[in-house]
Amino acid sequence: MRTTFVETLCDVAARDERVWLLTADLGYSVLEPFRDRFPGRYVNVGVAEQNMIGVAAGLARCGKVVFVYSIANFPTFRCLEQIRVDVCYHECDVKVVSVGGGFAYGAQGYTHHGIEDLAILRTLPGMTVVAPGDPVETRLATHALAARPGPCYLRLGKAKEPVVHTSEPAFTIGEALVARPGRDLTLISTGGMLKETMTVAERLHETGVEARVLSMHTVKPLDMAAVLRAARETGGIITVEEHSVTGGLGSAVADVLATMGARPGFFRKYGVPDEVYHRVGSQEYMRVGLAGDLFEIVLPYVRRRRAA
Amino acid sequence: MTTERERLTALARRIRTHTLRMVHKARASHVGSCFSMTDLLAVLYGAVLRVDPARPEWEDRDRFLLSKGHGAAAIYATLAECGFFPAERLDTYCQDGTALAGHITHYGIPGVEASSGSLGHGLSCACGMALAGKADARPYRVFCLLSDGECDEGSVWEAALFAPHRRLDNLVAVVDYNKIQSFGTVKEVLDLHPFADKWRAFGWAVREVDGHDVDATLAALRAVPFEAGKPSCVLAHTVKGKGVRFMEDKLEWHYRSPDAGQLASAVAEVGCGA
Repeated sequence: MRTTFVETLCDVAARDERVWLLTADLGYSVLEPFRDRFPGRYVNVGVAEQNMIGVAAGLARCGKVVFVYSIANFPTFRCLEQIRVDVCYHECDVKVVSVGGGFAYGAQGYTHHGIEDLAILRTLPGMTVVAPGDPVETRLATHALAARPGPCYLRLGKAKEPVVHTSEPAFTIGEALVARPGRDLTLISTGGMLKETMTVAERLHETGVEARVLSMHTVKPLDMAAVLRAARETGGIITVEEHSVTGGLGSAVADVLATMGARPGFFRKYGVPDEVYHRVGSQEYMRVGLAGDLFEIVLPYVRRRRAA
Repeated sequence: MTTERERLTALARRIRTHTLRMVHKARASHVGSCFSMTDLLAVLYGAVLRVDPARPEWEDRDRFLLSKGHGAAAIYATLAECGFFPAERLDTYCQDGTALAGHITHYGIPGVEASSGSLGHGLSCACGMALAGKADARPYRVFCLLSDGECDEGSVWEAALFAPHRRLDNLVAVVDYNKIQSFGTVKEVLDLHPFADKWRAFGWAVREVDGHDVDATLAALRAVPFEAGKPSCVLAHTVKGKGVRFMEDKLEWHYRSPDAGQLASAVAEVGCGA
């Protein structure tokens, strides 16, 4: 995803000279294409995320569209108040990009687990929060965010994420993509869980269950209509995210269901429990170890539904 | 004929008078912080900054950022005195449903470049503006006024590292060094000494001035950049609460609001009772 992002940003910057890229000294072997093509619009601020956001806001106040780049929690939590005050208060065109969302850096330890970012960022007023599901969505999201005024957050995976979309989807910020049609239940996925969610849906299909899969690439503003359609048209909803069960996609969907009085047949959040986890491992190990095996979690709901 | 010093001193007196009335009416705090920097504001807005109240968004205007956002009353008073908005609006400071917040806010207030209030934000933002000015070859300068206590924030020193590295000689940090912070003296709470040496060591061209000596402050601010290729730092030695004897160098006037009697005597002392 990160390579797709940088390639796309180069395309955007070639057409729009307002576009800048700032990094807090991360992105080695990733950002060089932008640096080499647009040296006057590339700044490595050093290991100083607070200053990076402030500088970005200052640039944006002078008419620039500024992407800031770092990994995991560094461009978000480390400088959260700068994002709130310098960026959101001033409604600046600053796009915060974090690489390594979820457990992309699973083996690197708790500091590098980006599992609360969606919850925190979506509480900031005016902040658009996007977590693309695959490299195709990453490319489309990068274009869309560059064109979208105001503060944005782009949560990316890392490298070698599989392509899910075999044809180019009609991508619009705030509109879920139906990655797979179905009426028995709906799996709503955000970010890099899309591939795993599609695999589970395929396995369900083999047992005769048709799961709708929504790629909810935009966590804020959330596609309320798609959520309500899922509640109305399908047997139940399971949200899927590589993120804490507190405050992320699952909570956002639950908010919609509760406030709109929708009553899906069942509702379950797949995500990371609210605890500090002291073991490390690969992305897959961490997902299953903390959130459980998605297929195993879905199955009882399907069985119960059949029995009913 | 009025000298420049008399003109700027008179401006400072009017700013102090407005500020006293505003904080009294709003029962607001931070009057001491306003007064240590009032003479700096008078010099900046009265004689240094290239700004135009008729065109607050003029592309080539000098940018001024108040990073010590709690000094809001004094900067609003300054902007009103310079014609950015009518002085009557100062009466709305901190009042229900109005825009003039107790910490400087840009929204709907002509002449305010940026909001602050959380400390340690302004200098980074100023760096970004200076960087944009360099990239676009614009003639404007960026001035950022910081408090001393604010320099406890690590983010200030991130920006202090950044500006010399990028050779931002269109950037000026003005530090209101009044030696008192929230809970005591700077020396007691977290000593900044040797303060000027710290800025120099980070790569800034530094001048120390008496921040209440209008001529000296004006001479320094007119001389920026002190060195080509380096950002400038004006370390202004000031007195908290300057101008009202019973407030001067008193920690409590970071918090207290003058009552009616104190207001009358303070207004009489700053000398602009009209």
